[in-house]
Formats: sequence, C-alpha cells, structure tokens
Amino acid sequence: MNLYVCIKQVPDTETKIKLNADSSGIDPAGIKWILSPYDEFAVEEALRLKEKNAGSTVTVISAGPTRVVEAIRTALAMGCDNGIHVEIPESADNNFAAKALAGALKKEAKVDLVFTGKEAIDDGAAQTSQLIAEHFGMPCVTVVLGAEYGATSVKCKREVEGGAFEMVETALPALLAAQKGLNEPRYASLPNIMKAKKKEVKLLKAADVGASEADQKIKYKNFQLPPPKQAGKKIAGEPAAQAKELVRALHEEAKVV
Amino acid sequence: MAKVLIVAEQRDGKLKKSTFELVGASAAAGNETHVALLGEGVDGLAKEIGQYGANKVHVAQNAALKLYNAEAYTAVLTDLAKSLSPDVILASHTPTGRDFMPRLARRLDVGLASDCVTLAFEGNSIKVRRPVYSGKATAEVEFVGAGPRLATIRANALGVPKPDAGKSAESVTATANLGDLKTKTTDVVKGASARPDVTEAAIVVSGGRALKSSDNFKIIEELADTLGAAVGASRAAVDAGYRPHRDQVGQTGKVVSPALYIACGISGAIQHLAGMRTSKTIVAINTDPEAPIYQIADYGIVSDLFTVVPLLTEEFKKIKEH
Ligand SMILES: Cc1cc2nc3c(=O)[nH]c(=O)nc-3n(C[C@H](O)[C@H](O)[C@H](O)COP(=O)(O)OP(=O)(O)OC[C@H]3O[C@@H](n4cnc5c(N)ncnc54)[C@H](O)[C@@H]3O)c2cc1C
Repeated sequence: MNLYVCIKQVPDTETKIKLNADSSGIDPAGIKWILSPYDEFAVEEALRLKEKNAGSTVTVISAGPTRVVEAIRTALAMGCDNGIHVEIPESADNNFAAKALAGALKKEAKVDLVFTGKEAIDDGAAQTSQLIAEHFGMPCVTVVLGAEYGATSVKCKREVEGGAFEMVETALPALLAAQKGLNEPRYASLPNIMKAKKKEVKLLKAADVGASEADQKIKYKNFQLPPPKQAGKKIAGEPAAQAKELVRALHEEAKVV
Repeated sequence: MAKVLIVAEQRDGKLKKSTFELVGASAAAGNETHVALLGEGVDGLAKEIGQYGANKVHVAQNAALKLYNAEAYTAVLTDLAKSLSPDVILASHTPTGRDFMPRLARRLDVGLASDCVTLAFEGNSIKVRRPVYSGKATAEVEFVGAGPRLATIRANALGVPKPDAGKSAESVTATANLGDLKTKTTDVVKGASARPDVTEAAIVVSGGRALKSSDNFKIIEELADTLGAAVGASRAAVDAGYRPHRDQVGQTGKVVSPALYIACGISGAIQHLAGMRTSKTIVAINTDPEAPIYQIADYGIVSDLFTVVPLLTEEFKKIKEH
C-alpha cells in the first residue's frame, strides 16, 4: 500500500507564548518545536498498516518553513520510509498548506491512504485534514478512534459528543484524521534516529505543487494575551463553612448557579 | 445588516443549544437570518428555530441525511449557499460543525475562521476572534478576498437567548442533491452516560490525579449530577485510567468554555489551563495553596477535596430545592 502521513511542527506544549512588538504574531525566539501530538497517532497508524501489508511504504509530508524538516525526521525515526518537505511561508493559512500538501500527494504515482492528526495544537483550527481531502478529491473521516481496513474501503469509528461514536464507512483512497486513542505511538529507536538523520528529505517549492499566496484565505492579526486575571478569593474557614460560603458566592455574586 | 445563513445542528430530532446561540446573536444584530436544517423528519423543528428570531428556515430532508454524513451535508449546503448568496455562514464548533465547515469553505473557495470565541456583526461582515496556541493568546481573523465569511463558534461563547413564542420563521424546502457519496454513516453508537457533553455543558466539574481511583470519581459525579454538569478530568487522571480520554480537558483534550468550571485536585498545568481558561467562573479545590490553578481561579478552597466536595454537593442541593 502507498501510505502517506501529513504532519505539522508546532511549539512544545510548555511554551510560554510572547507576542512580537506590533502584536501581529508571536515572538518565535526560544520556542522548542515538536511534532504535533495528534500527528503521532497518524504516523503510528500508517506504520502499523505497513507492517501488516508487505511491500508498503510510508511517506511523511510536511508543509512549512525549513524548520519543519526536524518534524519530518522525527517521523522518519519512528519508521517512515520517505520524507517530503513542501516549502511555504510561516504565515501560510490552513488552505495554503492544504493546497500544498494535496499538490505533493497528486505528484505521487498512487495514493491509497493519507493519515493526519485530527487537529494541530498550535492554531487548533481542525481544518487542514478536510481541506487536503477536498483539494485532492478524496473522502475524509475526522476524529478517528478506530479503523478496520478492507481491500477497497475502511470502516471508521468517529468520536462525537456525549461519548457517542459514528460508524463511517469510506471508499479508498481516503484521508483519516487521527484522534488520541486510535493506537499507542511507538518511541523512535536509537538506530532509527541515526538512520533518519541520514535520510534524504525531498524538497518541493510551493510552485512545484501548484500552491501560491493566492491560496491564502485568512490571516491572523491583533494578537492578544489573555487579560491578566485578578487574584481570586480564597475562602477561609472550616470545610463546612467554606462549602457554604462558596455556594453562596456562586449563587449570589457570580450568579452561575 | 448582513444576510446570515446558520447551519442548525440536531441529533435525534433535538436541536442543540449552540444553534440557538447563533440564531439569537444574528437576529439580535438585526440581520436577515436564514437557517439551514438538515435531516430526515426534522421539519417540525423549524418552529422552535423561529422562536429565536430566524426569518427563514431552509429544510433539506433525505434518508441519507438522517445520520450526519459529511459529504451529503457539504453537497446540500454548497447548493444552498450558492442559491442564497449569504454574506456570512455560521455553524457551531462541534464535532459536526467543525467537520463539514472546512469542506464547505473549499467548495465556495473562501476562508473559514474556526472555533471563534467572540462574534460581532459589522455591516455585511463579521469580526471574530479565536484562541491560538491553545488559548495562550487570541487573534482576530482577517478574511482575504471576496465571498461569504465563514466561521464556527465555540459552544457557550455567546450565551443562549430566551425563546419568544410569539416569533416564527417562514419554512421552505431546500433541495437535497447529495451527489455521489463515497462515505456512508452506518450507525451511531450512543454513549453510556446521560450527563451532558463536557464541551456543551454550562457547568463542568473536573477531577485530577488527586482522586486516586475511578471509584473515587463518584463524589465528582454526584456533585456534577446535582448541578446538571458534565464531568471532566485532567490528563493525569485520564492516563491513570480513572476516566476515558473523551473527558480530558486541555491542550490534548477538550477545550471547554462553561459558565462555571470546578477543578478538584488539579494542579493547573499549562496544558490543562489551555483547555478551560475561557470558562467564565473558575473554582479550585486544592490542598496546595501555591498550586498554579489558583492563579486563574475566581474562588479557591484550600482543603481536602474528599471532605469539601461532598459538603458542596449537600449545599448545592439546598439551593436547588429552593
Ligand atoms: C504534550 C502534553 C500534552 C498535555 N495535555 C494535557 C491536557 O490536555 N490536559 C491536562 O490536564 N494535562 C495535559 N498534560 C499534562 C500536564 O502537564 C499535567 O501533568 C497534568 O495536567 C496534571 O494533572 P493533575 O493536575 O491532575 O495532577 P497533578 O499535577 O499531580 O496535581 C494534583 C493536584 O492535586 C492536589 N491534591 C492532592 N491531594 C488532594 C486532596 N486530597 N484534595 C485536594 N487537592 C489535592 C495537589 O496539590 C496537586 O496540585 C499534557 C502534557 C504534555 C507534555
């Protein structure tokens, strides 16, 4: 099978976000970059499928500035075979990135399945998976918690609200966006990390895959940090008195109960 | 004034509160408010939508729309958007809305601002702000180029208005050309819990590692049930197996914005705060007075949760009875 994983590099979850001088974006200084956590489930799912289907290859693709090659190497170290970097500007939106990724997929001889994470934890937009599928022209199932792979179709378990699941069957080729719980991602082994360092990562320019600034549909501006919260009120006293006072405050002051 | 199309959301013939938030906000701003209602045997719901101030409800019915199907929804909504030419298209940022809206945006060749927490109507456009970096910052979204402005709005961000039984909307049939479907939703497996979903609830009671076992979460559940609240959890509690992952609040879990968030035995790690900092009122119960959760809590109780939580349940019961 010809398996693909589209990944994104994002700031580590511990990152303290600072704005740049004119609040047009964040200050990138000192950010530690990681593979977006949900993408790890996507990589793992592709690798497991490859292991069950002899002769399969897993290609990992990322669109972004040069730094994203590190995230591609992280995925290669987990066991992916090939890496492709599509160079697009830092400011590219979901649609620009999706057009670039779909363009890279279209250059491949055959695509059976594409995996992504259900959202990236930087912008948390949850758009790129569906947009790649639309640009490519294939069906897409999001928030996938389980999948049964057949020869021409996949049965997916899709998480929805209230602990319910939608069972969705899709024809192949298709894109599946992984939710945490789909599998347990492996750690990269030391030999694989060493091998991944030497692997060639193919570089494509936006123009090579038919994407350009004209695909930019939204821009972010006027960034703000959350307003500093006033120090809250610690309720003193014995537990019974504390409970009583809290309920009174929520009822009479905050009026939320 | 804008021409606004809102995509209603229903499950099992019951409309979501988040739909009323959108309809109410659009109508209150004096917009020409249209609502798309998709499903099978759902035409009766148009009346309820009208009570929140919608002008017109476009009802698309088909057996293939009985269960949510992304391709079918996208096809129907693309046709409706093209014939109606709205200035703005809104849906809730729910598992359904967040799934089809990017597809609709692509078919209309426009951008989408997803998971917005503020919404203002300006002329025939909208001004929206959304969290980025899991709520560590927010940004305003600028739409590039012409065409309708699309946005999904976080549940509870706008507030549910009161319905007015004196108001009603015109109801019309929308065509349901589904095209060639490559996917099929074969079934919906219901969750076992009767509690509201953590992302939809007006009140969320969450427990952390301090709960020590899934059995001990009973006291959290009892408090939640007294308040009609959802139960949430920290990642530490989820990783320890006390709660399923779907209850996890935070950067790699659910992002919630309830009117009241009660954190019990949760330290307030940056990844947890990312998921709940937009809650309107935050309560922390933690034995450590220095716990970071107190930096964003409006009210704090520095006591053992095993003592305080059952007492709170009793106190809330008293005011609920009145
Ligand atoms: C990539 C990544 C993603 C992550 N995503 C998330 C996420 O989505 N959500 C999330 O929650 N975390 C997430 N985390 C984990 C996060 O860093 C913390 O480890 C986690 O939130 C801690 O959970 P906790 O507060 O329950 O546990 P702890 O930090 O151990 O805190 C327990 C608290 O309980 C208090 N306590 C103990 N006993 C009692 C008692 N009897 N009564 C009252 N208080 C008591 C203690 O004082 C302490 O403050 C993520 C981490 C990483 C690296």
